Amino acid sequence: MSRLRRFFRTPEAIAGALILALLAAMALAAPLLFPGDPQAIAGPALLPPFQDWSLPLGTDRLGRDVLAELFHGARTSLAVGLAAAAAALLIGSVVGTLAGFAGGLIDEVLMRITDAFQTVPSFLLALAFVSIVGPSLGVVVAAIALGAWTGPARVARAEVLSIRERDYVAGARVIGMHPLEIAFREVLPNALPPVLALSSVIVAAAILTEAALSFLGLGDPNRVTWGGMIAEGRTVLRTAPFLSIVPGVALVLTVLGVYLVGEGVVESTAVRRSLS
Amino acid sequence: MTALLSIRDLRVAYRRDGIEVPALKGISLDVEAGERLAIIGESGSGKSTLALAVAGLLAGGAEIGGLVDWFLPASAGAKAPLSVLPDISPSRGKMGSSVAGSPLATSKIGEGRDHELISPLEGEMSGRTEGGAVERQLFHLHDKPARLGRDIGFVFQDPSSSLDPVMPIGKQIAEVVHTHLGLSWPDSFAQAKTLLDRVRLPDPEAVLHVYPHQLSGGQKQRVAIAAAIAAGPKLLIADEATSALDTIVQAEIVSLIRRLVAEDGMTLLFISHDIALAATLADRIAVLRHGELIELGETDQILNAPRHAYTRALLDAHLGLDTEPLFHRQGASA
Amino acid sequence: MTVLAVSNLAKRYRRGGKPFAAVDDVSFEIGPAETLALAGPSGSGKSTIARLVLRLTEPDAGRIDFESTDFLALSGAALRARRARLQMVFQDPLAAFNPRATVARVLDDPLRIHNIAPRAERRHRIAALLERVGLDAGLAARAIHEISGGQRQRVAIARAIATRPSLIVLDEAVSALDVSVRGQILELLLDLQRQERIAYLFISHDLGVIRAVAHRVVILDAGRVAESGDARAVIANPQSAIGKALVEATPRLTRNRP
Repeated sequence: MSRLRRFFRTPEAIAGALILALLAAMALAAPLLFPGDPQAIAGPALLPPFQDWSLPLGTDRLGRDVLAELFHGARTSLAVGLAAAAAALLIGSVVGTLAGFAGGLIDEVLMRITDAFQTVPSFLLALAFVSIVGPSLGVVVAAIALGAWTGPARVARAEVLSIRERDYVAGARVIGMHPLEIAFREVLPNALPPVLALSSVIVAAAILTEAALSFLGLGDPNRVTWGGMIAEGRTVLRTAPFLSIVPGVALVLTVLGVYLVGEGVVESTAVRRSLS
Repeated sequence: MTALLSIRDLRVAYRRDGIEVPALKGISLDVEAGERLAIIGESGSGKSTLALAVAGLLAGGAEIGGLVDWFLPASAGAKAPLSVLPDISPSRGKMGSSVAGSPLATSKIGEGRDHELISPLEGEMSGRTEGGAVERQLFHLHDKPARLGRDIGFVFQDPSSSLDPVMPIGKQIAEVVHTHLGLSWPDSFAQAKTLLDRVRLPDPEAVLHVYPHQLSGGQKQRVAIAAAIAAGPKLLIADEATSALDTIVQAEIVSLIRRLVAEDGMTLLFISHDIALAATLADRIAVLRHGELIELGETDQILNAPRHAYTRALLDAHLGLDTEPLFHRQGASA
Repeated sequence: MTVLAVSNLAKRYRRGGKPFAAVDDVSFEIGPAETLALAGPSGSGKSTIARLVLRLTEPDAGRIDFESTDFLALSGAALRARRARLQMVFQDPLAAFNPRATVARVLDDPLRIHNIAPRAERRHRIAALLERVGLDAGLAARAIHEISGGQRQRVAIARAIATRPSLIVLDEAVSALDVSVRGQILELLLDLQRQERIAYLFISHDLGVIRAVAHRVVILDAGRVAESGDARAVIANPQSAIGKALVEATPRLTRNRP
């Protein structure tokens, strides 16, 4: 509880939490407020915002409700961002823990694989993966996770290397615990905090990558995405700039919110001592 | 005997998760000039808190009450550094023949026999002295408000954490000399070498240039002691200074401390959990328990006629080389 | 009859690129219900020997026979199963446990791993273990970091005896404790030795403690055995230079006894 109070001490953390709360509310409320297909035609094409209050943000080139798209897009962004980050953290911490704890050849092989993934730009990797397998939500999540797990793997390995020398790991070996149980039950949970500290960066990057993939037309075609909306609006950027600006601002605010919350979490867990 | 330090009703409490945890519950104690006083106690007795309070090293979160008064006779001040330093800069001479104020509380010129306090500062002691003008003048003259390092040398349990890992040993000691005695850098380095020789480190010239990680635990502690006595302090505080060392190195460090204290006429505050070790070094022993002073007396009296049951229990718990083996006591054998 | 026989054990490390012998040709034996102390200054190889005996580190040479079988020949599941009989108590009881653990979990692990009791029975076993080491059974629900240092060391002993070992390695197990607590822990260890006939490999730098609890002592210097023999005889009249230095350096409490 005191940690929660510490978290809400900084205005940045509060702002971040508010943005994310709003975003989550949008994502959850989308099917209730806009029950129909957000990609259905709702009115005349290219209606500017604040003209018709049944379509407050107007319509796009095909006459689709921009507000409904924005709400449904929040769902996709959040879902892909969180799922990809969770997958990346999971793969990364498992690989990092195995490498760090096993050492020797296993460590060598796993870390060279990590190197290989890290040398390829993660966006290119995602691009190639989606183009080969085909665009769907699951594939997009996997593609993003593929490029994002290396960071957590390195951090987890470094942490495990220091933890495995501790007395309690020796103690677990002395009582005859299986090495896999030691790695995943004794070592991994204690190696997680610095790995989880990466999560805000990874979620933010995942949301941006998803938007970029959608912008290039490699998103799930059956879902509204902010990246897709920006791409859609690009063709009429001069006549109807709001079609790109609205989802663009939503994207910027979301990433900002994720960063601020991440900062707040790190600040609240860090024990700061002033010896002055 | 002249008191160097008079502690009156010293109270310290730490704040942990909003709860106030008392560490010292009103300690009153005089430290005589030139004596070797051991403070012993088990974990949670407050012995380290007492050492830190005397040195003005308590963390900002600690709540402090009571008085710590210093009595620094004018003549005694110049004596100690003289044996350490061959040449005396004018400013240092002045410093030595005057009185510096305590960051903790008040200080006073003259004899302390009557324990008369000039400017007592009651209550919060974490701030700087707002006392007499003489002290302030001195502070401004030397631009050193704190007296730790100058008048108090402090040796911690873990020398690795008190030494800078990326600075050569010589520089670390020379820095103390340069800062507190105002010597030039070449003179400070020459002084550092003399100090390394005094703490019996083999080949002081070479040690000047090595880094802490290249030394053993015992050698590091010798370096830490050299740094602690570099400015010729009147009081040397050793807080569990030998606890992390093995028996043989511990004995060497204890005899080193004994010799240095005798040579420089320093007063020693020896903080330890080991009553037997303390007894080999101390003139007087103070026994602390749960933040209270249980007993204070001459070493001989504490060992042979302890007044308090707890002191007796501590003595009985000691396992020396003349103790009856435990398995014999219980009538069992193997 | 011996519980543990160590012969010609050797272990070399590299320090600053140069090889140095941490343990060099060390041999000793421990009988049932016997306490053998390893004494010596830091760097003499005491703790390395403990790690070698426990197979936490592999030796470069030598032989370890535990309960009359070649302990170094065991590996994998066979080694893990045999570990039940050879336990350890560390110096710092806080570092010796997973910082997230509760007392119950710490004691449940050995019972579960070695199938000593079915799940339903383990709660009673844990309570019995806690009571055996002089702790309240209600302590089981507490987190390790919530209990005192002395209680933690008792929990460490409870964990060590949970699998009914024949030998426990005590690596400076009482060095970090307050003297009043230390006495109680030593009494507990002696009591367990008498009741369960457990042998101890007692590692300590403190000759006073060794003299109080050990039957025999091996004094080490720079990885080699300097001398060994009856603990009180060796300490009363050390022959080796390091033995003399250790005895000389031990602080004496000279009291006029009543």
